[in-house]
Amino acid sequence: MVPFAQKLEGLGYLELQAAGVETLQVNLGWRCNQACKHCHFQAGPHRSEQMARETVDEVIRAAARWAIPVMDLTGGAPEVNPHFRYLVDRLYDLGLRLRSRCNLTVLLEPGFEDLPRFFRDRRVELICSLPYYQEDLVDRLRGPGTFLKSLEALRRLNRLGYGEPESDLELHLMYNPAGAYFPPEQEALEQIFRRELEKRYGIRFHCLYTLLNMPIGRFKEYLQRSSNLDMYMGKLAASFNPATVAGLMCRTLISVSWDGRLYDCDFNQALDLPLKEGLPQTIREFDRPILESRRIRLEDHCYGCTAGQGSSCGGRVAGE
Amino acid sequence: MSHYYEEQDLNRFPELGKYRPELYDIFMNYYQEVMAAGALTQREKALIALAVAHAVQCPYCIDAYTRASLESGSNMEEMTEAIHVAAAIRGGATLIHGIQAHNVAAKITI
Repeated sequence: MVPFAQKLEGLGYLELQAAGVETLQVNLGWRCNQACKHCHFQAGPHRSEQMARETVDEVIRAAARWAIPVMDLTGGAPEVNPHFRYLVDRLYDLGLRLRSRCNLTVLLEPGFEDLPRFFRDRRVELICSLPYYQEDLVDRLRGPGTFLKSLEALRRLNRLGYGEPESDLELHLMYNPAGAYFPPEQEALEQIFRRELEKRYGIRFHCLYTLLNMPIGRFKEYLQRSSNLDMYMGKLAASFNPATVAGLMCRTLISVSWDGRLYDCDFNQALDLPLKEGLPQTIREFDRPILESRRIRLEDHCYGCTAGQGSSCGGRVAGE
Repeated sequence: MSHYYEEQDLNRFPELGKYRPELYDIFMNYYQEVMAAGALTQREKALIALAVAHAVQCPYCIDAYTRASLESGSNMEEMTEAIHVAAAIRGGATLIHGIQAHNVAAKITI
């Protein structure tokens, strides 16, 4: 396999450069009430990594000083961080656009039942994981009982207006494949999800985003165990689509980890591949103009974002 | 060669273009045009191809169109139903030929 950086060189990108910082993705920690088989952070109930209040305050300071257009909260389950609501409140007061990634089942956990109203009152856009519209497949990927709990959480969100056609309470779903294969074409799958979720369960949502499983973390372990790693990596490289490069999420996003370190994306964070030398390395040092022109750190897992339609935290990157 | 069917041979398909490449190219262009979305979606075509793959019992095609079906959003229920359609048509085709046997038997029997 041609190294990813070399592949880009062949296209004339001697280095991949950021095009701005439109989104600050804040990883509040790797604790989660679920332990999904594809999780690149190997998150779960046993994890102790959580963003401390001091780091949360640094995030708020950076967001305020540099007027970051979109604040994207993730984890683990970001909601289980004890400072999650404090962070959301401060960012809401700053008038920033708020997006939170939700595994749905956390909304049914004791002490979290009021979260949907909390989100609604602060106009938080929700991106919720739902890898399929059938119980068997979802539970195999995300744990027994996850599917039915997810449906209940979605019903509660719908009742508050989330995901309704004319509502500005944005509810988007995130699909990822349940194995060593690529996601379907996003718009086609969205139509299927919309039809099936409405027909079977009366559930509505706005957009479906398709995400390719990155060959790192638990998913990489699965690929190794099932002897699919070579096939999967070969397929990623063979499916490289030059049209995805301009829109790669790392070009407009910075990721901050639970301990305040900065990364080009969530995947580099999972692999502990920090920003290139000479750049700000922590949220305390955050400097938007410097970061907006930074050179991005590339490794072979980056093929996961450039295969086929491309893949990002916002779904596909380009048409095929 | 330990088996007649080797999994990795599927990736060697382009070697068929070594001789009479113009025929290979015509076939591949036709194949790609047929499998692209048209009046039927790519998902529907992948399910048809999966069913046909079972009817013609081609392990390469079964491999390729199981993946293609999953990658176009189909689930195991839909894929299994498609395979049953192939089985039903094959079974029906076998049975309807029984009429030929009946006809022959009738012709040569007092």
